[in-house]
Amino acid sequence: MTTTTTDAGTAAPQTPRRAPRDSRYTRKNMHLGMHKKKSVLLTVIMALFVIYSLLPLFWLLVSSTKTQTELLSSFGLWFSGPFALFDNIAATLTYDDGVFVRWFLNTLLYVVVGAGGATFLAALGGYGLAKFNFPGKKAVFAVVIGAVAIPGTALAVPTFLMFSQMGLTNTPWAIILPSLISPFGLYLIWTYALDAVPTEVLEAARMDGAGEFRTFFTISLKLLAPGLVTVLLFTVVATWNNYFLPLIMLSEPTWYPLTVGLNQWNAQATTVGGDPIYNLVITGSLLTIIPIIVAFLFLQRFWQSGLAAGSVKA
Amino acid sequence: MKTAHSSRGRFGRSAAVIGTGIALSIGLAACAPAAGGGAETGNADDIAAALEEKSEITVWAWAPAVEEIAASFEKEYPNVTVNVVNAGTGNDQYIKLQNAIKAGSGAPDVAQIEYYALPQFGLSDALVDLSDFGFDALEDKYTASTWGSVTLDGGVYALPQDSGPMALFYNKTVFDKWGIAVPTTWDEYIAAAQQLHAADPNAYITNDTGDAGFTTSMIWQAGGQPYTTTAQTNVTVDLQDEGSRKFADTWSQLTENDLVSPISSWSDEWYRGLADGTIATLAIGAWMPGNLTSGVPDAAGDWRVAKLPSYDGTPVNAENGGGGDAILKQSKNKLVAAGFLQYMNEGEGTQISLAAGGFPSTVSDLESDEFLNAEDPYFGGQKVNELLASSIEDVVPGWSYLPFQVYSNSIFNDTVGQSYAEKSDLNTGLQSWQDATVQYGNEQGFTVNK
Amino acid sequence: MTTVSPPATGLVAPKRQKQKLDWTGWKFIGPFMIVFALVLIAPVVYSIWLSLFKDQLVGGNQFVGLDNYITALGDGRFWESLGRVTIFLLVQVPIMLLFALAAALALDSARLHASAFFRISIFLPYAVPAVVATLMWGFIYGTQFGLIGSLNDFVGTAFAPLSSSWVLVSVGNIVTWEFVGYNMLLFYAALRVVPVDLYEAAELDGAGAFRIIRSIKLPALRPAIVIGTIFSIIGSFQLFNEPNILQSLAPNAISTYFTPNMYAYNLSFSGQQYNYSATIAIIVGLLTAVIAYAVQLSGSRKES
Repeated sequence: MTTTTTDAGTAAPQTPRRAPRDSRYTRKNMHLGMHKKKSVLLTVIMALFVIYSLLPLFWLLVSSTKTQTELLSSFGLWFSGPFALFDNIAATLTYDDGVFVRWFLNTLLYVVVGAGGATFLAALGGYGLAKFNFPGKKAVFAVVIGAVAIPGTALAVPTFLMFSQMGLTNTPWAIILPSLISPFGLYLIWTYALDAVPTEVLEAARMDGAGEFRTFFTISLKLLAPGLVTVLLFTVVATWNNYFLPLIMLSEPTWYPLTVGLNQWNAQATTVGGDPIYNLVITGSLLTIIPIIVAFLFLQRFWQSGLAAGSVKA
Repeated sequence: MKTAHSSRGRFGRSAAVIGTGIALSIGLAACAPAAGGGAETGNADDIAAALEEKSEITVWAWAPAVEEIAASFEKEYPNVTVNVVNAGTGNDQYIKLQNAIKAGSGAPDVAQIEYYALPQFGLSDALVDLSDFGFDALEDKYTASTWGSVTLDGGVYALPQDSGPMALFYNKTVFDKWGIAVPTTWDEYIAAAQQLHAADPNAYITNDTGDAGFTTSMIWQAGGQPYTTTAQTNVTVDLQDEGSRKFADTWSQLTENDLVSPISSWSDEWYRGLADGTIATLAIGAWMPGNLTSGVPDAAGDWRVAKLPSYDGTPVNAENGGGGDAILKQSKNKLVAAGFLQYMNEGEGTQISLAAGGFPSTVSDLESDEFLNAEDPYFGGQKVNELLASSIEDVVPGWSYLPFQVYSNSIFNDTVGQSYAEKSDLNTGLQSWQDATVQYGNEQGFTVNK
Repeated sequence: MTTVSPPATGLVAPKRQKQKLDWTGWKFIGPFMIVFALVLIAPVVYSIWLSLFKDQLVGGNQFVGLDNYITALGDGRFWESLGRVTIFLLVQVPIMLLFALAAALALDSARLHASAFFRISIFLPYAVPAVVATLMWGFIYGTQFGLIGSLNDFVGTAFAPLSSSWVLVSVGNIVTWEFVGYNMLLFYAALRVVPVDLYEAAELDGAGAFRIIRSIKLPALRPAIVIGTIFSIIGSFQLFNEPNILQSLAPNAISTYFTPNMYAYNLSFSGQQYNYSATIAIIVGLLTAVIAYAVQLSGSRKES
């Protein structure tokens, strides 16, 4: 799956919501009130789960500290030989005139414009679907959700042929334009906006004479913020890891994102007199996933509070 | 390792050059008739004139030496800018090339194309016939088999860059350890395989998970000629001819009996196996020394080269890999491209390729004393070039590839690969490969086996 | 549902709108739909167009009507690939969702030490691009020098994850590894918005932990489970990245038609059979849409 997602939307409780509770009855305190003790067994089971999740990443970390020759001759899961992490990082950043840095900047461009743009379009569109009744609304919804089912490869070749007629292949637009559409972002904002932006507020603004866009930008966006952050998070991950479409659209490394560039380095071992650069592929991979992990950790705080706020709202 | 090409980014420099190029050409166009760069044909003088003018070409190549060759070329012809782009290795690049050709734009001026893929591109009318520039006169400069690989239907579609006569690379340390003699026939090779694997169950005589290039080269060596093309679209495919069967019957003895390592070539594990001796030999093209030297430094001194074993003891050989460079019809700077092509594969570029570890296709290099007498420290001081060059004359003449070889190779593992996976007779796999290839050819409008 | 106590300005409830057509909504959905038309609708239409033709290397382009579709329906390789992703779907998706569910419930139970750490660690694989994930697991799967190899030596087995018999499981493992955290978060988010009063009521009734899970949490999770299932189904039918990258390590176990998407990709880019490729993709797309819709219908029907 390479598509973004929505949170579950709110559950359908049978009891009406009440006014915000005081801190005595928040979820956490309530459990403490029941004297729920932490389960060691559960923790151990989850720890196994975590080992499963982190093992390959651990291998990546350990391998990036090894030199090329050490990589090929030592046991994968523990350190061996001279500590070469910083040498590897330097080599990765300077190899081939620093093309890795170029790829990094390309990826940043695609993420900022692509994910940013996708979030914005999803916000606009989801809001429109949630708060307005307009002709063709049902059709729009059906078409968008239906489009999700189409395999990426069905679209790859026609998109490629179309874009090459328009002269867009081998340019950043070939990557950015398709990444601007996030059907799940649309769906998420739509469900979120239904509750998060009370219609009374909109009506009040309309009565005050504010235009729809003004209302949107000054009032609604703020209310939608937690949902926006969630959509942003998932579109950022999706655009950062975008692989298949850039692989087809780009023929020259100038505009490669990191994923495609790494793949090319990996394939480079098979050339006449070519040097296998596994240590650079591995270090490059490590450098590729660090920013996205950081971004997630950073955005996570906002997203968490957004969900908590959502559970307490009137 | 990569040599420093330029400290300025390629992108920035080409932007600057495009800018000045545009300004200049606007100026020039005002006072002179359209100059030679866009012309379709020309002789040596036309090429020389074109190289004096400001122009820019794009070269798609993955051979590392090409960047250095481009830099050296630009020093000699300062008005020309050569953008070397690594658009992928082998098949990855061919896909992009095909896409660009189909789309009608986006193709480079010059592209590196391996010999097995040349017929596909040549017959699809995407490459310039180099006779337009008089390059057909260069025939004598190259070995017969490489020249044969770049000529199709009377036209010359590429200049050979390197060649790959096969040889047997073996790990002498491993052989000595177990007292294995260097095999000269395939039967001896099979015996050596059994001996080695019995002595050390972790070691194998070689690795093989099924490789189309290897298989076609081996069929070539066995005297098979499974592919023939007449009148451009009449094709016959017979992967069960005498040579094919001879190879399959012999090689099946290895694959059916677990005598080859299940590691894929060019993988991480493969490099390890070559380093620690668990993969003891490679039957592969003459360009391998460069790869061993840079990719398997730990085994320096362990390896040697010998002639490829044959079926009856008399030396016979085939080419494996290697390729040339061609000019795309989409190019808007054909004369400049021709100039670069000649420099790269016939002029000074050949010396740069040689120094980078490539195995030449040019006769003068192959016969030079310096080349032949070079003692390679990686191979314990053995004069590997001498042996490799001498095996060129053993190459069986008359081989040709399909006009859709790239596709056919891509389904090799679907078909023959299953015989490997099931450890069954390779002939069944070859038959299956033939059937799929024939079906494809007919679907694409060729007349295959009819 | 929002109920409205009319504020001083005396607004009417929004449902009783004026009858004439209000196009304001299009100002908001418009930008999305324009880009959507370009990058999704246009290629789909072009794809359908392509599927009605046949462009040969020798002979050029011709209109062939539904011939490609008829060929596809009789194409053994197509059915094999479709069968494979169906099996993949029936096995991998439930397993992954079960793990994700268990993890989400564990996190939500507040009986874990350091639950924040668990949450982040299990989600981390989602942030890893498929290229890197396959690289890492490719090492682990190696039988000569990889982790499995070491394990085999240690335990004395001869397990080969990249052999034909095991390769689908190995791919399934990589996909599970990549997405279980994402699904876990999906479920966890749904659990976080369950209103507190439900738990209060349950406590008063003396319900134990499992009863709470059955009666409160699982029903609350239903929409999330339905959505998670639909996304996973779509993802399974579109399986491409992981087997494609793994193919160089297991060339005989992973064929060029291992999944329908790989088949379509190789038809286009290795075989230059763009028309037939479009046909395959359209058939798979339709199938996916039908199944996803069916799941969604049955999910929401159960709810009411």
